[in-house]
Amino acid sequence: MSCMNNKYILQIKNLSVSFTQYEKGLRKIDLKVIRNLNVSVGEGELVAVVGSSGSGKSLLAHAILGILPQNCDAEGNIWFEDELLSPKRIEELRGKKIVLVPQSVTYLDPLEKVGRQVRKEQNEENVHKKQEELFDFYKLSPNTADLYPFELSGGMARRVLLTTAMMESPRLIIADEPTPGLHLEAAKKAMSHFREFADKGNGVLLITHDVELALEVADRIAVFYAGTTVEEAPVSDFQSVDTLRHPYTKALWRALPQNGFHPFPGKQPYAKDMPNGCPFGPRCSQLTPECEGSIQEQLIRFGRVRCIHAK
Amino acid sequence: MLEAKGISFGYKKGINILDQFQIRIESHERVGIVAPSGFGKTTLCQILSGYIKPASGQVLLDGEDLHRIQGYCPVQMIWQHPEKAVNPRLRMKSIIEEGDQIEERIIDGLGIERDWLNRFPGELSGGEMQRFCIARALGKRTKFLIADEISTMLDLITQSQIWNFLLAEVTERKIGLIVVTHSHSLMERIATRQVVLDTRI
Repeated sequence: MSCMNNKYILQIKNLSVSFTQYEKGLRKIDLKVIRNLNVSVGEGELVAVVGSSGSGKSLLAHAILGILPQNCDAEGNIWFEDELLSPKRIEELRGKKIVLVPQSVTYLDPLEKVGRQVRKEQNEENVHKKQEELFDFYKLSPNTADLYPFELSGGMARRVLLTTAMMESPRLIIADEPTPGLHLEAAKKAMSHFREFADKGNGVLLITHDVELALEVADRIAVFYAGTTVEEAPVSDFQSVDTLRHPYTKALWRALPQNGFHPFPGKQPYAKDMPNGCPFGPRCSQLTPECEGSIQEQLIRFGRVRCIHAK
Repeated sequence: MLEAKGISFGYKKGINILDQFQIRIESHERVGIVAPSGFGKTTLCQILSGYIKPASGQVLLDGEDLHRIQGYCPVQMIWQHPEKAVNPRLRMKSIIEEGDQIEERIIDGLGIERDWLNRFPGELSGGEMQRFCIARALGKRTKFLIADEISTMLDLITQSQIWNFLLAEVTERKIGLIVVTHSHSLMERIATRQVVLDTRI
């Protein structure tokens, strides 16, 4: 468990991401997909961002790396090792100090042998050596380097993506849904690599919808709902529903198969028709008129929560 | 009763993923199938629901060979990737009609909203589409349901919404259920019996 006074590797404050869309001809609308998001990763920490599909989780990863699509705009501040990031600086760090393990195995180039891709087309001896070491470490046989992506199984492709990320001794890994399609043992194994990496004093931001997996490996969990983090809590708080702060987190907890498997009515609002104030308001049993005002984040028992009724 | 007798199947010559496999499921049972990735769980599901004919052996539904049944297949499979299980050129209401007289009650119970019916698959999220695929499989003549990782891409709350409805439905209509999932806790919650698929050991 990390302490609060540790050095931060990544700090995100008030990040908002909006899409520009055309609606009915030339009418332009701004669609705010992520709003006022705060999240931070300290040294030696593995922080999981959990949220349902379609809530804008992948956009978060892309926003940090500055690889958002053209019609997308990001606002807010991102610090990397106490340095405020500018778009130019992100470009320098990307792929070297900050790396992405992408969600889909289609991020590999289908026309190039994976060994060459992992080496990023460099041919020096030490690059070769590093690639071979990493393949060995991730239990990929040496001849995997001569295969094309389509010849790999899903699990192998994921490990290839991991080696690609590890080639340039990074400080921060951003992993976007790295485990779907892997069975539990393999998923835990992939996670153990991240854990090991974090334990060496680096940082990992794990973006996933799999709460159970996040509970297994993460130090802290940030719960993502309708484009913002509603709660950020140490993983130990998830042992009981009473130590959780936000009503949505509590609903998530109760929906776990081992904790009652209780369904929760309603669904996440679309970015287009977001309610005023608290995005969870319409589904919340504690809804009061004050919830429609602006909701500030508060610090309660080493966790942060965006709910005015939280205790 | 759904019964598989001495099923063998392989994609490559000489390598059988399933070898003389036996399984027997009563209609009140909920059977979980456990195996690591790549062990042929999906293949087994496809054989049991009649999509693939095994190289040898038979699948029997109440004593009758599944491949001899004409018309609607009483063993329905729900696939892992809903976007691959629907025709992208049909509107959702036509996709629902592919099922066997799907009752309104099922559509409402799965939380399908009426205005989704006029949309095309590309206009729905994976979770929304999966609800349609589940509804389609719950036709009047369905006797067995095979759920192959149907909730891996769903968030927890949607997952519990869908499973709670599905469990109530299969219990009430005495539909036999075969479940494949990687999640231990989900398996514990759903299955009354677990079968470990490990033919190579």
